[in-house]
Amino acid sequence: MTEDPTTNTGFKWVGTRPIRPDGLDKVTGKARFGADLVLPNMIEAAIARSPHAHARIVSIDTTAAESMPGVQAVITGADFPDLKEAGAKQPDVFQAAKVMARDKVLFEGHPVAAVAAATRQEAQRAVAAIVVEYEVLPHVLTAGAAMADGAPLLHDDLITANVDPAPEASSNVASRALQQRGDLDAGFAAADVVIERNYTTKPVHQGYIEPHAAVADAGQDGRAHLWCSSQGHFDMRSSTANVLAMEPSLINVTPAEIGGGFGGKTTIYLEPIAVLLSRKAGRPVRVVMDRDEVFQATGPTSGSEMRVKIGVTNDGDITAADVFMAFEAGAFPGSPVGAAAMTALACYDIDNFFVEGFDVVVNKPKVAAYRAPGAPIIAFAVEGLIDELARAIDMDPIDLRLKNAAVEGVQAPYGPTHPRIGFVETLEAIRDSDHYRTPVAANQGRGVACGFWFNIGGNSVATVNVHEDGNVSVITGSPDIGGSRASMALFAAEEFGIDVERINPQIADTQTIGHTDVTGGSRVTLATGKVVVEACRELTADMCRRAAKMWDCEVEDVEWVNGHAQHASGTETPLSMAAIAAKAGRTGGPISTTYTENVRGAGAGFSTQLVDVEVDEETGQTKIVRYTTAQDAGKAIHPSYVEGQMQGGVVQGIGWALNEEYIHREDGTLDNPSFLDYRIPVASDLPMIETIVVEVPNPNHPYGVRGVGEVGIVPPMGAIANAIDRATGCRLHDLPMSPVRLLSAINDKNA
Amino acid sequence: MVTVKFSASLRERTGESDLTVDAGDAPSVRRLIKLLDERFPGVGEQLSEGHSVAINGEIIADPLYEDIPDGAEVHFIPAIAGG
Repeated sequence: MTEDPTTNTGFKWVGTRPIRPDGLDKVTGKARFGADLVLPNMIEAAIARSPHAHARIVSIDTTAAESMPGVQAVITGADFPDLKEAGAKQPDVFQAAKVMARDKVLFEGHPVAAVAAATRQEAQRAVAAIVVEYEVLPHVLTAGAAMADGAPLLHDDLITANVDPAPEASSNVASRALQQRGDLDAGFAAADVVIERNYTTKPVHQGYIEPHAAVADAGQDGRAHLWCSSQGHFDMRSSTANVLAMEPSLINVTPAEIGGGFGGKTTIYLEPIAVLLSRKAGRPVRVVMDRDEVFQATGPTSGSEMRVKIGVTNDGDITAADVFMAFEAGAFPGSPVGAAAMTALACYDIDNFFVEGFDVVVNKPKVAAYRAPGAPIIAFAVEGLIDELARAIDMDPIDLRLKNAAVEGVQAPYGPTHPRIGFVETLEAIRDSDHYRTPVAANQGRGVACGFWFNIGGNSVATVNVHEDGNVSVITGSPDIGGSRASMALFAAEEFGIDVERINPQIADTQTIGHTDVTGGSRVTLATGKVVVEACRELTADMCRRAAKMWDCEVEDVEWVNGHAQHASGTETPLSMAAIAAKAGRTGGPISTTYTENVRGAGAGFSTQLVDVEVDEETGQTKIVRYTTAQDAGKAIHPSYVEGQMQGGVVQGIGWALNEEYIHREDGTLDNPSFLDYRIPVASDLPMIETIVVEVPNPNHPYGVRGVGEVGIVPPMGAIANAIDRATGCRLHDLPMSPVRLLSAINDKNA
Repeated sequence: MVTVKFSASLRERTGESDLTVDAGDAPSVRRLIKLLDERFPGVGEQLSEGHSVAINGEIIADPLYEDIPDGAEVHFIPAIAGG
């Protein structure tokens, strides 16, 4: 076993590419996702949703629905505990109101009632029979409009946070985020070139293929069992318990396989509804969203309005940056504008800046996390402006970024000093790539952009059992959304020095394993990986102690080598794990341990990306011709899944750049709630995304891991905007850069 | 000594960009917040909810009972949630 994170070499298993442990079940259809579970006596649910973007609920009449064939239970907001009345904190009140409206509906698709019936069709027919009388209210759909004087107010008790003194009146502005350093005026005065631009982006959905689904079985004893597809079943449990005013430990959540989440499955929607219906019907209840419900009532990430101004000297020193952002939160506070403010300038070393952001509620679904929440939105603006500045001073865009790059010892804009980071290495990897060295074709344009994401640590638990045959179970509480079972198995194989096929990674329910934070923030390989490593180390030490007993020698004379306890003298036959496990009852009992830690020391992630595009000037369609992404992984535990994360982030970013957007009608309803009209990229739209895995080890992790799941989605929109500009001479400042928008810009240019 | 660096929004609240305190008065994040709340009434609630702490550059998500070593630089930063 080699663990020196400064060399990153010498591993037997870490860094290899075995087939994922869950692969066979997934390709044969055996894996059970959220909607696959069938329980005896299970019935099906459907949800009544608001047709209006903003309305007061005057009355709900469920009488007809309750008497319809097959109907077992009907619930409305009145069946849920009134958390506001109970004095709960405002975020908990808002979360409950998101799950089921009480007095007002705040977006199209907002749940107002739910039905459980023998079949889904019967439940849907009963939903159609529920009569809701609405008083339609004026709605507001964009951050700018919601901030304007006289805008319709969504909440009568929303006081802007982080403003001193606090406002006395309610508004649609939930909070203000601020980052500031140096002297902005002096910084701009020192610049030779200053450019200021306005930008807009639209809400985009995470676009996971698997719709939300949950099965609940509530017992007469006040307990409930919940099966659902999520990125964190412990958070599903605590949030569901909050909404239903239950003790969390009364709910056991079993994680289903997850068919994509990208941040969007870190929050609840259906789960409390399923539990409440099950409690009322006395039977297990399954509820599964249709795709239009997913678009109308879950996710997306924020639409935004931004203004960015940056100054640079003729020799490429960035002297000042001024950033304004207004992010749509959807119907309840909680846009990622705070993270956007912290990440906006994090790639660079800038002495003078002012970054201000506002979290603004609008009559759209409440936003949910989406890969590096907030960072891609502001990066579209900042990275586009950096490119405009590079052209203005006639400097290579990579050289400009290298000249101002954040490096170890530089104070990040959000405060702390950067430890060892790999941003420069990603820039150099792109600069030195075959792609960058290949000249751009005559009818194409090339763009570069960069991205930063913090990555996080957090709470994780691992239980490791050595079985009587010497094989190993590694049990954690981290849902596997990107191949983490494979990484956990590789860590264990490396630590024990045994074949990875002998490791069986499992994900346990909330009653079986200790609390584990969500699979999000690019944290699982780092944090859950660390507790797996530590648990394995406890067991190798334990097995050395047991071998010493079996040999009647001092433990100091025993070392662990390639899956065996070995006597230093060489006089004893090395003991395999199976041999030690066979005597476990005589040497101290079963070989098992649980290791728990709130892991810190996450290593920041950086990505630099390069894209060549070709634009059809007759249609405005952009074709991605070649795309290369370089990302600092710290250490790639399973390189295929690191590359997959890098490619996946890029592809979602391409969709965000070129096609994806929520299109609302004037009445506030969503015009494109299907994958036919909300177009995500498919394989035939794309070239193979070329990957360069940079490995600048994180010194705080035993294998140098940083985390790779998110930063890959930060640069694509900026990179593609830059490439389109260089291909067409048209600089777009609004997303998506769809054919209709680009064609309009081309026509304006030609006119 | 422990050096406390305030974020821009905290700077607006406290009127100071940084503060040096005796390490014995702030051996943990909890004690540091208590001390800051005494000096800037009301800031303790703001720091206890929705903030992470970076101690010598290492971000700690749930830091209330974290020890602060002598000579440390402490940043209060908004809590970070990923996707």
